[in-house]
Amino acid sequence: MAQTGHLTGTPRAAEPWLSPVTRLRIVILLTILVIWEAIAASGILLREVVPSVVTIGRALAELLFHPDLKVSLLAHDYRIPAFYWHLYVTISEVAAALVIGGTTGLAVGLALGANPFLSKAFERYLYYLGPTPKIVFFPVMIMWFGVGPESKIAMGTLSCFFPVVLSAASGMRMIEGVLIRVGRSFRLNTWQMVSKIYLPAMREPIVNGVRLGMGVAMIGTLLAETKLSNKGIGFMIIDAYNTFDMPRMYAVLLMLFVIAIGANALVGRASRGTRS
Amino acid sequence: MSAQSAIRRQGVPFVFGIACLLVLIAVIEGLIRIGMINPFIVPKPTDIVMSFERIIVEENILPRFLLTCGEALAASLMLSTVGISLGVLLHKSRLVRLATETWIAAIASAPLVLMYPLFLVIFGRSAWTIIMIAFVSALPPVILKTLEGLSGTRAVLINVGRSFKLTPSQLYWKILFPSALPTIFVGVRLGMIFALINIVGVEFLINFGGLGQLVNELAERYDLPGTYAAICFVILVSILFFIGTERIERWLRPGT
Repeated sequence: MAQTGHLTGTPRAAEPWLSPVTRLRIVILLTILVIWEAIAASGILLREVVPSVVTIGRALAELLFHPDLKVSLLAHDYRIPAFYWHLYVTISEVAAALVIGGTTGLAVGLALGANPFLSKAFERYLYYLGPTPKIVFFPVMIMWFGVGPESKIAMGTLSCFFPVVLSAASGMRMIEGVLIRVGRSFRLNTWQMVSKIYLPAMREPIVNGVRLGMGVAMIGTLLAETKLSNKGIGFMIIDAYNTFDMPRMYAVLLMLFVIAIGANALVGRASRGTRS
Repeated sequence: MSAQSAIRRQGVPFVFGIACLLVLIAVIEGLIRIGMINPFIVPKPTDIVMSFERIIVEENILPRFLLTCGEALAASLMLSTVGISLGVLLHKSRLVRLATETWIAAIASAPLVLMYPLFLVIFGRSAWTIIMIAFVSALPPVILKTLEGLSGTRAVLINVGRSFKLTPSQLYWKILFPSALPTIFVGVRLGMIFALINIVGVEFLINFGGLGQLVNELAERYDLPGTYAAICFVILVSILFFIGTERIERWLRPGT
């Protein structure tokens, strides 16, 4: 009769509930919170400048849940937290900037990437204008587009254009020659070449350009809102500063950073998806 | 013959680019003169050129330029010292690096410059607000690139160092740091560009300091040719800064 043996190896050590990295992260976060709270309680810095974590938490809850704005939708009046209305304004402006700046940047980038003569003639200007601080163009944008959302969209567009055009131009130059030759051998017209060959082959640089463009469009739009606006997240930040409502300012900044980091991570994931 | 054709290959597009730019400026000048573009919105390019002398002489552009450069230098020194030190510390402790590297990368994507009202409250309306916001915004790339440079040191170099029985400190200063220096400088250069962008931006926003304040002041006075000329000057400074740092980077990375 066959005998079934039993495993005699040493039992595997139980894996810790939390990995050392996670534990260290928790320790770092707790340390920061404790130091912050200690500074807030000690009064070394003004209490208004460094409010307690509880006060910031309360301001955050009020920002997200206190319905302090009346909006009319489909003949009904609703009360919502004003934060969402301002967020909607900023997201709309950034999205419009991304669409206009991204599309223009892509078109110009494709033209520069496809034509070495044009690239040699004009790309250096884009390359040099890219790192200039775009916010100094805001007075010009106000003169051209007025004090409304249009000037903020223009600021975002101007900021977003440069990273997209430079990524698209370099992406276009990296397309394998064999793909272009295949397209030509099939006698594809210009639009077919763009839609069937160029764009699919340069998805990754385009997504990276959009990722960079989105970040700078957001900064351009928000800074313009802090300078001259009565709506948007940038306005909320400068309004909290003007009324010296520091907990509210921390709460808005916190939400802004969470949204910006989340959006960047999402586009980053899309970029990694194109590689797989 | 081949050298001549190379010059022609490079020179013709360059001249074409310049010519297009000049034609565009001439067209704008013409459209303003015939009234198709409102001169109260877009000033004549000739007026902008004429106002250069005025803003250089009357608006103290040199002291303002030096002030912006001083702020940029202070921020660059701070972010190089702190950023490289933090990068080295994180490289030495693998666990801390694993715990914080993604956080630093996430912070790098956050619009930190929006914290300028907070810095205004802490440091007041002074050059320190501008320097500190530039420092904080530009710090993440320096840390990340220092880490990348140190981690990218080829194993064979480290093994050579170990075979010579170098102490950990010697290994750092003789092998790791020199090998990582080009990548570290890429981070410092990125940081310096971010710092300059933020310095001019915050100067403009809080109406304090050098070139950024000049643009804001001229815009508030509705001096349109002066505003455009000041913007041109900011662009010129950025381009020179960009080219200068690029040259240093090429010198450090001759292969690229």
